[in-house]
Amino acid sequence: MGSELTEQAALETYVLRLADDNMVLGQRLGELIAWMPELEEDIAVANLALDHVGQARNLYQYAAELEGGGRTEDDVAMLRDERGYLNAVLVEQPNGDFAHTMARQFFFDAYQVPLYQGLSHSGDERLAGIAQKAFKEARYHLDHSSSWLIRLGDGTAESHERTQAAVDAMWPFTGDLFFADEVEAELVETGVAVDPAGLKPTWDATVAEVLAEANVTRPDDPYQRLGGRTGLHTEELGHLLAEMQHLYRSHPGASW
Amino acid sequence: MGSTDTAPATGDELWEVVAAVPDPEMPPLTIADLGILRAVDVIDDAGGDQPTVTVQVTPTYSGCPAVEYIEDQIVEAVVGAGYDRSQVHIDRVFSPAWSTDWITEAGKAKLAASGISPPRPVVATEPGTTTVEIRRRAVTCPRCGSTNTEVVSQFGSTACKALYRCGDCAEPFDHVKEL
Repeated sequence: MGSELTEQAALETYVLRLADDNMVLGQRLGELIAWMPELEEDIAVANLALDHVGQARNLYQYAAELEGGGRTEDDVAMLRDERGYLNAVLVEQPNGDFAHTMARQFFFDAYQVPLYQGLSHSGDERLAGIAQKAFKEARYHLDHSSSWLIRLGDGTAESHERTQAAVDAMWPFTGDLFFADEVEAELVETGVAVDPAGLKPTWDATVAEVLAEANVTRPDDPYQRLGGRTGLHTEELGHLLAEMQHLYRSHPGASW
Repeated sequence: MGSTDTAPATGDELWEVVAAVPDPEMPPLTIADLGILRAVDVIDDAGGDQPTVTVQVTPTYSGCPAVEYIEDQIVEAVVGAGYDRSQVHIDRVFSPAWSTDWITEAGKAKLAASGISPPRPVVATEPGTTTVEIRRRAVTCPRCGSTNTEVVSQFGSTACKALYRCGDCAEPFDHVKEL
């Protein structure tokens, strides 16, 4: 790279990448409250959203402190545009039917569990603390999403077909989870970040195991849509941010 | 320190004041019962400034919506014990992460008495046992004591609970998830 990336700048970007995944997925799940097929799942998506937004808040607070410009966690979340958001493109995909929601959640949970496990040992104490707590939550999420995938995939002909369709639809967006550039390279070297490439074997194993039990075929389409980590998103994110940020931007400083 | 009745509480006395703050979602339990109160420190600056109180707490879940409310209640309790509001600080600690093993025996007894099934031990079980495995073992009904129970929803009325149903007395009940 032409310009020198300082460790401080790399850390700021890295924390935002982690935070934005959680914020965007939390917002997506929040859209489903009162729309789930049964009451128990309504409570479940609300709880999942709460965990993801909580993790995002912890990370945004850290990001704001790293910036050092006096901005709050809310400013960091609400005052960045689409090109400034650094989430993987998987989490911004629309909810679709219940199978789509669960497929997206499963692919993400299978990534986040080993991610947080690794980050629990980060040389950055703050990140390690956030990850230690979040790891336990992610593990519970994975238990939930994988049991649904199995139940639906191995269920009726209709639920099987829709689960296969959902897995196929989400698949091209999963590769973005393992994207890495000089940001990760810099921080992996100093023991702060987890190397995304190192998470892939664990993710592959979890996916292979659950899809097999769900009687769902693992897609073999090699095409992967990357770009989220550098702000190049699919059409979906702009709409999500417009809804999420509208209130904060229309009524600056509003509180209750 | 002061010899009057209005001298601020310190040491164990101040700890007891803070420890008595109730959990807003499970009011029979205090924050000490829950194990989320980590430390209460008074720094009595000899320089003549007001003494400073720092209270360390740890959230149960990253997104627990009760955290800020609990922190406000702690500040009120410390102010009530005779400290200046501007000198009370809450330090939110993440590491080591909270575990349901930190709920005290008294806390677990209060949960059971409220009809909420307390969490089973996480750390005390065989090393390597995952929380998923622990969760798959039978949960005891807090009403009739039956182990013929089934999970209705992995998520419950608050972030820390799951919803179960008893196969014998047929009552639904909350269970605090092992974490």
